[in-house]
Amino acid sequence: MPKAGSLWAYAATRLFLSLPMLLILLTIVFTVLRIVPGDPIAALFAGRAPPDVVAATRHRLGLDLPIWQQYVNYVVQVFTGSLGTSIGASYHGKSVLFIIMDKLPATIELTVGAMLVASIVGLSTGVISGTRRDKPSDIALRLYGTIIFVVPIFWLGQILQLIFAVDLRLFPAQLRFSGGPPPLMITGLYTLDSLLEGNLGSFLVSIWHLVLPSLTLGLVLSGFFTKTVRANLLRTVKADYVEAARARGIPENKIVSRYAFKNALIPVITVLGLQFAILFAGAVLTERTFTWDGMGTLLLTAINEADYPMVEGVIVVYALIIVLVSLVIDVINGLIDPRVRY
Amino acid sequence: METFLKIDDLSVGYWTRRGKVGALVGIRLEMSEGETLGIVGETGCGKSTLGKAILGILPPLTEIQGHIFFRGRDLPRLGLEEYRRLRAKEIALIFQDPMTRLNPLMRIENHFVEEILAHESVSKAEARSRAREALLSMGIHESRIRNYPHEFSGGMRQRIMIALALVLKPSLLIADEPTTSLDVIVESQILEILQDLKRVYHMSLQLITHNMGIVAEICDRVAVLYAGKLVELGSAHDVFHKPLHPYTQGLLASIIHLDTKELHSIEGSPPDLISPPSGCRFHPRCPYAQQICVEKEPPLVEFQKGHLAACHFGDTFL
Repeated sequence: MPKAGSLWAYAATRLFLSLPMLLILLTIVFTVLRIVPGDPIAALFAGRAPPDVVAATRHRLGLDLPIWQQYVNYVVQVFTGSLGTSIGASYHGKSVLFIIMDKLPATIELTVGAMLVASIVGLSTGVISGTRRDKPSDIALRLYGTIIFVVPIFWLGQILQLIFAVDLRLFPAQLRFSGGPPPLMITGLYTLDSLLEGNLGSFLVSIWHLVLPSLTLGLVLSGFFTKTVRANLLRTVKADYVEAARARGIPENKIVSRYAFKNALIPVITVLGLQFAILFAGAVLTERTFTWDGMGTLLLTAINEADYPMVEGVIVVYALIIVLVSLVIDVINGLIDPRVRY
Repeated sequence: METFLKIDDLSVGYWTRRGKVGALVGIRLEMSEGETLGIVGETGCGKSTLGKAILGILPPLTEIQGHIFFRGRDLPRLGLEEYRRLRAKEIALIFQDPMTRLNPLMRIENHFVEEILAHESVSKAEARSRAREALLSMGIHESRIRNYPHEFSGGMRQRIMIALALVLKPSLLIADEPTTSLDVIVESQILEILQDLKRVYHMSLQLITHNMGIVAEICDRVAVLYAGKLVELGSAHDVFHKPLHPYTQGLLASIIHLDTKELHSIEGSPPDLISPPSGCRFHPRCPYAQQICVEKEPPLVEFQKGHLAACHFGDTFL
C-alpha cells in the first residue's frame, strides 16, 4: 500500500490536533460546572455539617482557591494523566482515572453490543427497504425506522424488561452478572475475561445479561441506519455504473452486493462514526434503566454529588473515545474507498 | 437465412406522474450481420431507449410491446437468466459518459474478471490474461490493470469501456453516443477504434448519435428517429444526398459549413411525448406542413429501393 506512510502521518496529525479540542472542551465543562447550581461540600455533608468542618473541607479540596488557580491545577492534573481526585461522597479521595478505568469496560461492552445490534438490524432492514422500494415491506420498515428513532430509550428498555424479564423470564432485567462471582478482572470486559479464564458458563451468563440492554440501545440507533442505508442504496441502485454492470450481464445479486451496497456503505460508515456520540448519550439512559454499573451510571452519580473532577474526567474520556473512533472511521473509509487521499 | 436483428413494431412506454411517455412507437427496423447502422435524432427522441430496449436493461415498470428478434430469438420474451447470459456475450453496449460507468471501488482488472466469469467457466488466471489482452488492444498498458477508475482520463475510460464490451467477442455492439462527452482528439481516436472494429473484425455496429458527421464517416445505413418514431431509413448515401423527410433535411442543414459559415437550426423543440402532436409528429416544426399533416399520420413508405420515409410529401423530395 503506497499511502500507508501518509496514513500514519495523517493519524498523528489528527491526534495532535485533538489536544486543543480537548482543552477547549475541558474549559467549557469546567466553567459550566461552576455556573450551574450545586455545591460539592453541601452534597457531601447533605447540609448537616458544622461551618468549621465545611470550611476545613473546602480548604482541603482546594475549592477555596481563586477559580483561575483551580482551573490551572485541574489542567495540570489532566495533562499529567491523573485526572484528579474525586470529591464526591461515593468515591471520595479516590483517583478519578482509577474509577473510570473500573467502569469503562461495562460501557464498552454495552456500546459494542448496541452497535452490533444497530448495524445488523439497521443494515438488513435498510437493504430490504432500499431494494424493494414502495413495496409493503419497504413502507413497514420506513415506519419502523421513524418510530424506533423517536422512542425514548428508557421507555423501550422498560417495555423489553416487562416482556422478556418479567413475563417471559427469558433474560435478566438488570446487572452485568448473576449466579456467582463475576470473572476475574483482567480487561474488565466480562465476556472477554470469562473466555480468557476458559469459563464458558460465565461467558454465556455475561452475554445473557448483555442482551436486553444492547437490544434497547441498539434498536433505537438502528432506525437511523435503516434510513441512511435505504437512502444511499436508492441512490446507488440508479447509478450509471450499476446500469453498465447490468448491461455486461453481471448477475443481479452481485450487482446489489458489489456495486450498489458497497458504494452505499461509504456514507453510512461516516454516519456511523457520528452516531458514536449519540450512542454514549444513549448509554447513560440505558445503564440507568438496567442498573448497569458503567460510565453512564458513574456520570449521573458524579453530577448528583457535584463531583467536579469526576464529571470532567468522564467527559474527557468520552471525548477521547469519540476522537479515536472518528479517526478509525476515517482510516476504514480510506481502506474501502480508493479515491480517499490523506 | 434468419435476420440478424429484426425490430418489429416495438413500442416502449415509461410511466410518469403525468402519464405514459411513449418513448418509442411502432419501430420497425432490420439490421444484417456486419452492418453499421446509425441511429440519429435529437436529444429525447428515443435513441438511447432503443439501445437499452435491445439489451433489456430498461428500468422496471417500463412497458415494452412488440418484438426484437436477434438471431431468431425474441428478446423481450427471454427468461431473465437467458437474457443476462446474452448481454456482453452476444450484444454489448457502450454508454455515453464513461466517467460514471465504472464502479469507483473496483480495480479495472476486477471489472473484466467479473464479467468473464459471469459468462464463461474459465479460471481466474485465464480471465486475467484475457483482461490484459483486451486492454492492450485498446492501447492501455498492462501495468495499469490494477488501477482504479478514477486514475484514468475520460478517453482512457471510454477505451476501457470498449475493451469491456469486446472482451467476450459479442456479435453486435451498440454504441450510445460514445464520443459525446469526450474532446475532439479523443473523439477521433474512439471513432478510429470503431472503424477498425468494422473493417477488421466485421463487427455489426449500431451507432447511436446526434452527430451527422460521424454517421457520414462510418455508417452503412441510417435510421432517423423523431419523437419516438422512425421517420426515415435508408443507406447513408441516399439519406445524405436525398433526404426525404423534412426533419432529416433540417438535421443535415444544421451542420456548420466552413465555406458558407451558415448555420441553420430547426425551429422549435421536440414535442412532449406524453401528449404528442396529432398526425405527423413533426408538423408543428415542419416548414412544408399542410392540413393533411395535422390530420393524418404518414405511414413509413419505401419511396425508392431501400429508402423509406414517413412523410406525406416524400415523393416531392425525390
